[in-house]
Amino acid sequence: MKAARDAYGEVLVELGKENVRIVVLDADLSSSTKTAVFGKAFPDRFFNMGIAEANMMGVAAGMARAGKIPFVSTFAVFATGRTYDQIRQSIAYTGFNVKIVATHGGLTVGADGASHQALEDIALMRVLPGMTVIVPSDAEETKLAVRAAAAHTGPVYIRLGREAVPQVFPAGSSFEIGKGNVLLPDVSREDVIAADPSSRRFDVSFIACGVMVKECLDAASLLEAQGLRCAVAGFASVKPFDADLCMALAKGSRLVVAAEEHSVIGGLGGAVCECLSGSHPSRVLRIGVEDRFGESGPARELLEAYGLTADSVARRVRAVLDTNQTTV
Amino acid sequence: MPGKDRTTSTDERGAINMSKLQRETGGSGAGVEHIEEMARRLRYHIIRMVGKAGSGHPGGSLSSSDIVAALYFGGVLRVDPRNPLWSERDRFVLSKGHAAPVLYAALAEMGFFPVDVLLTLRKMGSPLQGHPDCRKVAGVEVSTGSLGQGLSIAVGMALAGKLDKKDYKVWALLGDGECQEGQVWEAAMAAAHYKLDNLRIIIDHNHLQIDGPVDRVMSVGSLGDKFRAFGWEVLSVDGHDIRELLEAYRRSSEGKPLAIVAETVKGKGVKFMEGVAAWHGKVPQGEELDRALAEVTIRETEERGQ
Repeated sequence: MKAARDAYGEVLVELGKENVRIVVLDADLSSSTKTAVFGKAFPDRFFNMGIAEANMMGVAAGMARAGKIPFVSTFAVFATGRTYDQIRQSIAYTGFNVKIVATHGGLTVGADGASHQALEDIALMRVLPGMTVIVPSDAEETKLAVRAAAAHTGPVYIRLGREAVPQVFPAGSSFEIGKGNVLLPDVSREDVIAADPSSRRFDVSFIACGVMVKECLDAASLLEAQGLRCAVAGFASVKPFDADLCMALAKGSRLVVAAEEHSVIGGLGGAVCECLSGSHPSRVLRIGVEDRFGESGPARELLEAYGLTADSVARRVRAVLDTNQTTV
Repeated sequence: MPGKDRTTSTDERGAINMSKLQRETGGSGAGVEHIEEMARRLRYHIIRMVGKAGSGHPGGSLSSSDIVAALYFGGVLRVDPRNPLWSERDRFVLSKGHAAPVLYAALAEMGFFPVDVLLTLRKMGSPLQGHPDCRKVAGVEVSTGSLGQGLSIAVGMALAGKLDKKDYKVWALLGDGECQEGQVWEAAMAAAHYKLDNLRIIIDHNHLQIDGPVDRVMSVGSLGDKFRAFGWEVLSVDGHDIRELLEAYRRSSEGKPLAIVAETVKGKGVKFMEGVAAWHGKVPQGEELDRALAEVTIRETEERGQ
């Protein structure tokens, strides 16, 4: 078990050693976002901008224009909603090379409550032209995603969680912006894409990001025990979206499930539906937070209360497959 | 009035002469009279551009024409039109992005792009967007237009300059109404905190914004006092006096960012537009356009063209 944000702090230090152009900015939350680890290692390249996020985004834009690779961190609510126009105008429109790495995304922020639980951030960032959006599932994938972001030229948004999470990303797997990873069954993404499109190999295909990858893997276990054939794909790269893999999974399945710790509007579920509606209209069950704000509570209990645990996901999938409805 | 073709070719020649002059004077800049002449040319371009476009923001472009002319043609700003992304260049951020016409006019006269491109302002396919787009126009440092953001970007550039131990300066031009945006003060705080004496801003204090006098819409009080309270060095100048502007531009501010509050008149240079808020985002057309053009016509253009 390891928190993605801890992995973020570690990989930042590694990157800092490898590339002097990397600078890090935070808005008084560096001990929570773990950028303080970088600040300790490279005090000259760490800038605490105080509780002034809008300015922080602009400063990062200016640093990028001057040749730096700024990593900007704060909680996801502030990193996207509070600074939306600054990101839109000064980072996305300019195409500047700024990496926004937000922690404390989603319900699992826990006791701080709805004011601090970003459930809209993926939608906000995804709609910006040229913005890359990555939602890693665990510490391992976070490290790879942060490295990929540093190597990529252009703005990137990475959303991390607060809590320690189990490893789900297979050790030794590669991470590539724009490509999903097939975690179940044990076949490659390329094999899934190359499979005979007329063969229905799965009852249900899960397309998930963040903490929901683990919940979907567990839900798949429950469903497979009931005789259903399942596929689970990690779609950390929400944008660019892996349309090839999404399409192949949809063609080979009775039902597609999109799962995220985010509003069911505009996030990964939105991306899946946008992809399929144009080329391969499919039944899609969107698992996420139903158009409402979160609340205070322990992370696990919140996931349960909002229907985001494996049990709940499996029950909903079963219910859909057991009915003859054509709509979900 | 000079014909279009003639104006274009002379303007292009003028631009070349200008950069040659800059090279010859080793960047020390031209005399006051020449800068005043360049300011007139900027005003002439502004009126022609927005007149042709049928929309745009002449008021705040005219009020900042002398400020921009002194910066670009006074040998103050270290830029190279042949190498727009030169790593040692001074950076100029037009935070009040709606004054795009004055920036475009200055860049064209400097030789960043041909002067005849100016008349494509705001047209489909033109690099000259209604507000500056740094991905489309060489010499535009950053895309602006959403007010209040330019100073933060300038702070980032100045911080990077310090980090790299480079001697370039970062300049930003802000509007007085723009200072109503909270982000300006976040950036002001950060600039003083990081002791950015390589950062200097000019505030085009023309006292008018779209809805009327700044002090009636939302008083900004004394901008000089405010920046001083935020830890800045502050100078106040007549924003239409080239000598005063040049003197302020050459002042250093050890350990502090510098704010130059330039007292200006909105619409300066076209009598019927001066001090009238309505000309913020409205352009003269028809007979009014002719009257405006008559006031900013550049005699020298015709002479040089012969």
